[in-house]
Amino acid sequence: MIQLTINGEVRQLHQSMNIEQFIDQNNLQGKRIAIERNGEIVPRSQYAEQYLIDGDQLEVVVAVGGG
Amino acid sequence: MDNFVIAGKTYSSRLLVGTGKYKDFTETRAAIEASGAEIVTVAIRRTNIGQNADEPNLLDSVPPSKYTLLPNTAGCYTGDDAIRTLRLARELLDGHSLVKLEVLGDAKTLFPNMMETLKAAEILAKEGFDVMVYTSDDPIAAKQLEEIGCVAIMPLASLIGSGMGILNPWNLQIIIENAKVPVLVDAGVGTASDATIALELGCDGVLMNTAIAAAKNPILMASAMRKAVEAGREAYLAGRMAKKIYTASPSSPVEGVIASTKAL
Repeated sequence: MIQLTINGEVRQLHQSMNIEQFIDQNNLQGKRIAIERNGEIVPRSQYAEQYLIDGDQLEVVVAVGGG
Repeated sequence: MDNFVIAGKTYSSRLLVGTGKYKDFTETRAAIEASGAEIVTVAIRRTNIGQNADEPNLLDSVPPSKYTLLPNTAGCYTGDDAIRTLRLARELLDGHSLVKLEVLGDAKTLFPNMMETLKAAEILAKEGFDVMVYTSDDPIAAKQLEEIGCVAIMPLASLIGSGMGILNPWNLQIIIENAKVPVLVDAGVGTASDATIALELGCDGVLMNTAIAAAKNPILMASAMRKAVEAGREAYLAGRMAKKIYTASPSSPVEGVIASTKAL
C-alpha cells in the first residue's frame, strides 16, 4: 500500500504502478492532461517509466474555460 | 496589410478572447467565431480523478490546430504557482511557449502583485516562454516587464470582470509611447466603445472575456467587439482631427445660403 497526494487529496494505491497504469486506472487515457510529480513536469514520454512511490505529490491538470 | 505581430507570429485580429463564464462549449465556440479572435485564452485546472470519463473537453471545441491558445495563470497568487501552472500548460499543449502571466495580489480587486509578476516573468522568459503579461497600468512596471523580455505588456483598463471601461487613458498612453513590444488592454472592457477607445489610444490589441460572456447575447456582443476593435484601429491609423475646444467650424459652405436676411 502506498499513499499519494493527488490534486491535493490523499489517496491510497494497493500496489505500485507506473504513471501510464495510473492514467488507465482513472479513465484518463487519451485525454489532454499534463502531470506534475513532486514539483517537476512528467513528460508524456516518461509515463511508462516513472513508478509512483509512497509520499508522491501529483498534480493532474486539464485546460478549462478562462480569461 | 495592418498585421499584428506577437512573438514573431503575425495575426490579423487584434481582439483576443477568453473562454470562461460561457453557458457551454457550444456557446464558447460560437462566440469565439463571431469575435474573429485568433488568440484564445484558457485556464489550467486540476482534473477530476476517476470520474467523468465522458466529460467534454474545452480543447475539442477550441482546437489548438485552429486557434493560438494562450494558457493563463488566473487564480495564482504567487510567482511559483504561476510558473508551475505554465510549465504544466506547456506540457499539455505540446511545447507551446506563448503564455499569459498574471499573478494576483488580492482576491477582492484581482489587482496584480507586481513584485511576484516581475520575478515570475524573468524566470519564465529565461525558460523560453513568450510571456504576455497582465500588469497594473504603471508605466515603470510596464517598462521593467518589457526589459525582462516579455513579448507583450497587458495593462488593466479597470478591474478584471468589472466592465468599468478605460479609467486611466493617460497612463495607457504613456505605456504605449514607451513600449517597443505590443501593448494590449487586458481587463475592464465592458462594451464595444471601450474596446474602440483602447485601439484609438494606440493599443495594439484588447483581451477580454466577461464583456462578451456576460452580455445578454454573447454572440452578438462578440460580433460587436470585432467591429469595435477594427473601427478603433482604423481610426488610430487614420489619425483623428485635432480637437478644437469651443470652436465650431461649419462643414457646409458658408456662401450661397438662401437666407432672406443676413444672419446677425
